[in-house]
Amino acid sequence: MKDTKNILLVGVGGQGTILVSKILSTGLVAAGYDVKMSEIHGMAQRGGSVSTQVRYGSEVSSPIIGIGEADILVSFETMETLRWFEFLKPDGVVLINDFEISSAPILMGKVDYPEGIIELIEGKAKAKVINAGEIAEELGNQKVMNVVLLGALIKSMNLTDIDWEDVIKNQVKEKFVDINIKAFNKGMNAV
Amino acid sequence: MKVLMTGNEAVAQGAYEAGIQFAAAYPGTPSTEILENIALRKEITAEWAPNEKVAVESALGASIAGARTLTAMKHVGLNVAADPFFTIGYTGVNGGMVLVNADDPGLHSSQNEQDNRYYARMAKVAMLEPSNSQESKDMVIRAMEISEKYNVLVMLRMTTRVCHSKSIVETGERIEVPIKPYVKNPPKYIMAPANAKAAHIVVEKKLKELEKFSNETELNYIEWNDKKVGVISAGVAYQYAKEVFGSSASYLKLGFTFPLPMEKIKKFAEEVETLYVIEELEPFMEEQIKAAGIKCIGKEKIPNTWELNPDIVKKSIFGTENEIIDYDRTIAVGRPPTLCAGCPHRAFFYQLSKKKNTFVTGDIGCYTLGGSPPLNTIDTTICMGASISMAHGAKKVFEKNNDDKRVVAVIGDSTFFHSGMTSLLDVVFNKGNTITCILDNRITAMTGHQDNPGTGYTLQGEDTDTVQIEPIVRALGIKNIKTINPMNQDEMKAAFNWAYDLNEPSVIISRYPCALKKYSKDDLAEFGPIQGYCEVDKDTCIGCKICVSTGCPAIVFDKAAKKSSINRIQCVGCELCLQVCPTKAISKVGE
Repeated sequence: MKDTKNILLVGVGGQGTILVSKILSTGLVAAGYDVKMSEIHGMAQRGGSVSTQVRYGSEVSSPIIGIGEADILVSFETMETLRWFEFLKPDGVVLINDFEISSAPILMGKVDYPEGIIELIEGKAKAKVINAGEIAEELGNQKVMNVVLLGALIKSMNLTDIDWEDVIKNQVKEKFVDINIKAFNKGMNAV
Repeated sequence: MKVLMTGNEAVAQGAYEAGIQFAAAYPGTPSTEILENIALRKEITAEWAPNEKVAVESALGASIAGARTLTAMKHVGLNVAADPFFTIGYTGVNGGMVLVNADDPGLHSSQNEQDNRYYARMAKVAMLEPSNSQESKDMVIRAMEISEKYNVLVMLRMTTRVCHSKSIVETGERIEVPIKPYVKNPPKYIMAPANAKAAHIVVEKKLKELEKFSNETELNYIEWNDKKVGVISAGVAYQYAKEVFGSSASYLKLGFTFPLPMEKIKKFAEEVETLYVIEELEPFMEEQIKAAGIKCIGKEKIPNTWELNPDIVKKSIFGTENEIIDYDRTIAVGRPPTLCAGCPHRAFFYQLSKKKNTFVTGDIGCYTLGGSPPLNTIDTTICMGASISMAHGAKKVFEKNNDDKRVVAVIGDSTFFHSGMTSLLDVVFNKGNTITCILDNRITAMTGHQDNPGTGYTLQGEDTDTVQIEPIVRALGIKNIKTINPMNQDEMKAAFNWAYDLNEPSVIISRYPCALKKYSKDDLAEFGPIQGYCEVDKDTCIGCKICVSTGCPAIVFDKAAKKSSINRIQCVGCELCLQVCPTKAISKVGE
């Protein structure tokens, strides 16, 4: 349907894209949207490239989108932005985490991690760069990088009316609630 | 209550609400979470079976005994279970029975993308196809009603995007359905030729009744809009069609897709100017519709390879493409899945990769990645259990051709229980001479850590007998067996040398837990906790890249400095790199 918004979250297996999409879709449902979310399990999780799609609006049909259809591309890892860039609408927004994870050919010294990705993306689309890894480390746990990115995403999509703290409280283990809420707020303020 | 659920979670909720009493499955992406979620409901007896055939047969037994039952599997799992599946088409059921089949268009995690809708037609069982999570739940309940009313097995055919997409589901209460009495009925349940002959006549009659139902049921419904374009669709493809055509087309949305509602289809076709059949994979509906003399457009425009999405449907039909940002797509370096840091399979394959003049047959599991760079150790991978039997056939022909190649079969613990045991029996019976390696990582890892007969725990995590592999192998007739720890490279190497020196079949059980596994108390007692991490001494490192050649994702090679280093966060301290380093530049710290 015409008012449907498309969010594409991409990263590397183990970065926590699935938790973010879970918090995101739960909050959107609570706010009264029709929501569909799609993720891929299985072999890709073994350090491979992963993607999750969240679509919301008054009535959503397809759980997935094709190329040129994402309103926002949230990339948890710098090089993954390029792999999924064609899914972005030409007037869409890219949220790039300035965080590099070398893939197997790079680790083995066969090829170099490509340089100038952020500049390339900035030259082609509306880009917001965030150093979520650094923010998470300042908070004392690099793992909450994903929720920093969630905060930045919420701000970028103007979804700040929803009570995200409440959703986070219900979706993460009690002892991690505080740090995740902090990460979320830091992310909101970072863009 | 409205809840966001995956299709798999919704099937489990449906099983609960429908009063299902017994469920069995073997894990397989994208179907695995169905049983995992059913297991959370204490009312249902839920079990991991050793393979899909066993799951279907135990569910059939439960149905004949009078309970509502469910079994679930991925598409290729139904190949394994095809034998009972076809004959249930003849016997029918007592308690309602649903077989959930999850196809994988796009091969996200499979070896082929077969379209299992043909199975329903071939086995003459009824088929339902949900297009979202709500329908996934509702259709399990409807499947029970149809199964019991028409005395048939119902296949619920899902696909990856239905299984793994979340959408909103209205949940309800469980209906307690009493277990039906079992009445002895040999003509119905003993499928000896005389009875089966009679049963086939009954099946054909039932199909006519089911076709009538298909034409009448609201599971197959029409949405009238503009009549210039009509779309017939089912499953997730219907959602893609809706996205593309919106309210500019009329729809015949099919939820009950075998037998097809041909009368309803005819009426719909008569009312619309151009008729499209939009379906993922094969022209299952289109061929039947065309055979009924109805003009429609389908696979001449829409691809039958890989999964669809709204963009592909739009491009196929209208020839229009979304505007996209132009950039150089070759910049991003590939990111293939890899064996995890600390994976015992790496330690195994590293030694096997050193062996010359060797043909390696692989199997289905994480260890398929042993065929990828830099290990490159596998020659062929086909299906569950195939490694051992393919190795046997290959060795026979190499011998016949005077080729002294050694043949090594590589199979996991769960896969060995699934369908490797009979293959090993073949090796013994037919005087084979292969080396079978069972990579016992103490869990079914690839599908996300499910228990199996060898782990000592049931689906619900309750203690059960731990089946030992070595006595099974011995009982099958193998005389040469070694159980070793692959993380000890000397031991691993010695085991290969021992096996290569033999002139009769051998089995090496390479036993060490998956690096991601949460250790059980038995694991802790046997293997102890792993602590610390490995570190490279820059001065001693000569930049030979031998540690890099293990393919460990924790090892980083700095091309400029010509030195290796180890990522502390990723490293689990397995010590493989430490053992392969020729200059002893790697040491263990933090223990």
